[in-house]
Amino acid sequence: MNPSMLWSTCTRVLLQLRSDPRSIALILVVPAVLLALVYWLYQNETLAPGMPRTFDRVGLMMLGIFPFVVMFLLTSITMLRERTSGTLERLLSTPLHKADLLFGYALAFSIMAAAQALVATGTAYWVFGMAIAGNAGWVVLISVLTAVLGVALGLLCSAFAHTEFQAVQFMPVVVIPQILLCGLFVARDQMNSVLEVISNVLPLSYAVDGLQQVAQSSSPTSQLVWDLVVVAAFVLAGLLLASLTLRRRTA
Amino acid sequence: MSHRAQMPAPEPPFAPVPADPSGTHGPISVSVEGLRVCRRGVAVLANISCNIPQGRITGLLGPSGSGKTTFMRALVGVQKITAGTLTVLGRPAGDPQNRHDVGYVTQAASVYRDLSVLENVNYFGSVHGSSRQDAKAVLASVGLSVLANRKARNLSGGEFSRVSLACALVGKPALLVLDEPTVGLDPVLRADLWAQFAAMAEEGTTLLISSHVMEEASHCQTLLLLREGLLLAQLTPDQLRQRGETDDLELAFLRLIQGTPTETAEVASAAEGEDAR
Ligand SMILES: Nc1ncnc2c1ncn2[C@@H]1O[C@H](COP(=O)(O)OP(=O)(O)OP(=O)(O)O)[C@@H](O)[C@H]1O
Ligand SMILES: [Mg+2]
Repeated sequence: MNPSMLWSTCTRVLLQLRSDPRSIALILVVPAVLLALVYWLYQNETLAPGMPRTFDRVGLMMLGIFPFVVMFLLTSITMLRERTSGTLERLLSTPLHKADLLFGYALAFSIMAAAQALVATGTAYWVFGMAIAGNAGWVVLISVLTAVLGVALGLLCSAFAHTEFQAVQFMPVVVIPQILLCGLFVARDQMNSVLEVISNVLPLSYAVDGLQQVAQSSSPTSQLVWDLVVVAAFVLAGLLLASLTLRRRTA
Repeated sequence: MSHRAQMPAPEPPFAPVPADPSGTHGPISVSVEGLRVCRRGVAVLANISCNIPQGRITGLLGPSGSGKTTFMRALVGVQKITAGTLTVLGRPAGDPQNRHDVGYVTQAASVYRDLSVLENVNYFGSVHGSSRQDAKAVLASVGLSVLANRKARNLSGGEFSRVSLACALVGKPALLVLDEPTVGLDPVLRADLWAQFAAMAEEGTTLLISSHVMEEASHCQTLLLLREGLLLAQLTPDQLRQRGETDDLELAFLRLIQGTPTETAEVASAAEGEDAR
């Protein structure tokens, strides 16, 4: 690894993003708008006294799910373009190390994810008055971590797509099952045992569980730390597998 | 791998072509011995042996599908090879050290369409450790200074391919491998680029340039003629004119390349005889 090559890759990816205002809007604006949608959806619910609002539960989980979905989509398409335009082959014939490329991507999208998390979390707290027990810093941290998870899986999946169309096809296969099984719709301990086992091996479940930990207790729990470690392990495994798909020499 | 076992042996008339004297006198930059490449079980290059002289321009000529790109990929070290040895700048092809010293411009321009011209060259420069100043100098040398801030996707075809060339030049390679760099360029620009290639060779850079345009062969000091994955001959443009019995390089090339295998074999063995003397 070479920090200056990693950094120039990171700035290159950010420059590419800058030339695409729609992607920037997708990252910064769309999550806040969707959050507003969720807020209005539950605006008229009648609550028993002392019950937390559904928005506090669902909106919070959304803060972990948006970054994952958005970054997965952006990374898999960007990386696929890199493969099909020949720039990847070119890069692999230069001194650039594979790790510089992958971590450059991860760093660039983490920076965008941090901005996204600040906007979305800020909207949730200040505009919609989200009330949770834990510190908002943890929410931002988990958002960034799920974003990097999306980046790692996106980099990996792009290796198995030949066109941008095929890359998008990974959304329903890789992303939607994780959203269904992460505990957003049905608490994971209330799923049937098969689904619960599947849910237990999907990384997004741990991110969402971490957010629930933050919601429930004002000081970080050991469960929260464990959740973060598991998600981080998935990120590293994803990046490692992605690096194996980058072949300098092809047939 | 079973399909490799079934590969036909190279036909006898195409025994390795002896290296041309122009390739053996001076220092050698690339030496290829018995190179064989199979893609999807089909032999794309069969038993290629040749030397590429240092500080010269070597032309790689052959009809479409004859294996020019595959040969270049093998030299650069991005192509899996089936057999043979490739020594590039004194190291095996694909050696990590060679990534600093070998520049490769692919046939299809490979640059980021959503970056500006300067940003592209700057990024590929940065992976070689060169500065923004170097990037600007290279842009000037390919005549793109005025377009430095234009997005690559908004360039004409010829401008676009020059960005790709600039991205390889910025690494200051000792060996520059160019796959049809002059396609789609107007005559003035082509002449400019060839003058620039000649200047680079003068400074000691080794260039391997593939082309379809035979008049360009006259800019090369050595020519490698490929046909259907076989190296027909390695010769100088003058020798090509002699063998084709015409001053027209295009016609000479056609005569050599369209020769029946036996005729070609005669040419090859004649060449062998010449070299033996
Ligand atoms: N990715 C690939 N997979 C399998 N076979 C390939 C692949 N690319 C090229 N080939 C085959 O290898 C042979 C040589 O191709 P190559 O690209 O080296 O030719 P070329 O001389 O560069 O042609 P052109 O002048 O058209 O660029 C051709 O028969 C081609 O069909
Ligand atoms: Mg080609």
